[in-house]
Amino acid sequence: MSLNMTRLLLAATMALFATLSLSPTASARPLRHGGKLLLTNGIASLEGASGGGLTPWAVIAGNETDEGIGLSGHGTMVEVKDYDYWSAGVAVGFRDRLELSYAHQNFNTNDIGTVLGLGKDYAFSQDIIGAKVRVAGDLVYDRLPAIAIGAQYKKNGQGAVVRAIGAQDDEGVDYYASVSKLFLSRSILLSGTARLTKANQMGLLGFGGDKQDSYGLQFEGSAAWQLSRRVAIGGEFRSKPDNLGIAREDDWFDLFAAVAVHRNLTATVAYADLGSIATVKGQRGLLLSLQAAF
Amino acid sequence: MSLLLSLLLLQAAPHAMPGEDAVDPYVPNAAHAGGAPFTGDAMARAFHGQDGIRRVVDGMVARAYADPVIGEIFVGHDKVRLTRTLFEQFCYLLNAGCSYSGRDMASAHKDLGVQRKDMNRLVELLQEAMRAEKIDFQAQNRFLSKLAPMHHDVVKQ
Repeated sequence: MSLNMTRLLLAATMALFATLSLSPTASARPLRHGGKLLLTNGIASLEGASGGGLTPWAVIAGNETDEGIGLSGHGTMVEVKDYDYWSAGVAVGFRDRLELSYAHQNFNTNDIGTVLGLGKDYAFSQDIIGAKVRVAGDLVYDRLPAIAIGAQYKKNGQGAVVRAIGAQDDEGVDYYASVSKLFLSRSILLSGTARLTKANQMGLLGFGGDKQDSYGLQFEGSAAWQLSRRVAIGGEFRSKPDNLGIAREDDWFDLFAAVAVHRNLTATVAYADLGSIATVKGQRGLLLSLQAAF
Repeated sequence: MSLLLSLLLLQAAPHAMPGEDAVDPYVPNAAHAGGAPFTGDAMARAFHGQDGIRRVVDGMVARAYADPVIGEIFVGHDKVRLTRTLFEQFCYLLNAGCSYSGRDMASAHKDLGVQRKDMNRLVELLQEAMRAEKIDFQAQNRFLSKLAPMHHDVVKQ
């Protein structure tokens, strides 16, 4: 186990104890099932944290409120011009306060793998363990928006290759803070995230690079309009670092529609513009995601 | 003497109406409704006037008493009075031409032990009742945004 991962697990454990000890009366109460309003748990982002598709929100995974422990699992596919991507993961939400998540990502280079000299269908993969704590506020009911801080430990599976293309490391930790609010009077949700990261393409192309090897501050945001109880549409933005000399990296955008097919099942379809990835520009296409939450 | 008696009766009237259980005396105040009414008549029209509001309140109360999750909070609670005061409160907040004569939210929910999850369930039942009345979803949320700040007084801290 690497030092970074040990640190993250330690931080997560401390956060869990802090959560339970902050509210002694809450932990004495029996756990109860269910209770979040439809769609207010968000969906799983690409890196496993609950939020929009591209970025975390200050919400906690699962349908539980402060009385319970929520669970969610997801699968996401992205088909852009030259690449296929899928990820899958699980998340646990403790008393709507602390979220622990795991996601595995797989990025297939298809024919571009041949061009890059890696071989056809060469795939980059990555494991991500995340922890997020809602430190204040509430998405729906409080005047104060939900505010959360989080960290994501990422371990790339192709260390030798990502170093060969200029990355300085095959593992890294992102730190972020999110502020999210559902404005019921307008049925509009706004969320913003600031992230400190060295990750190239979320870490799928390693961490740091020949151009830059220091943490940079990135901004991410979502805006969603809830059309009906079951349907929300919106757009997202995510700025990205640009550390690698040979592979320019662009900011990301998407337009999405999320549907609560069932109380426990949310389906999301998005049109995503991921810009230039691994030397090939114009990577646009569809994102499909299914999330089951309890 | 009879004038004095009728004045006394008149003063007692807001506390409990015929068919309702007695309640401890209190001084009615519009501020007890927990929020300022919407301006204009758009929200009242969206809720189909007082008739629509009455159907929404009746629908929500019936669902709440029958609910397997939160029904036990309502059992033993004066349904007649709850229905009347809720109607007055909704009608007042929606600016549909009513005044609210009930107690403030903190007093009305004192010692009920309402948890966050119970309140969310009641919101869902209200949403069901509003859907049954075919109230526009955006208007539903505008109304919920008026009720949302009251959660501090409803949920036990």
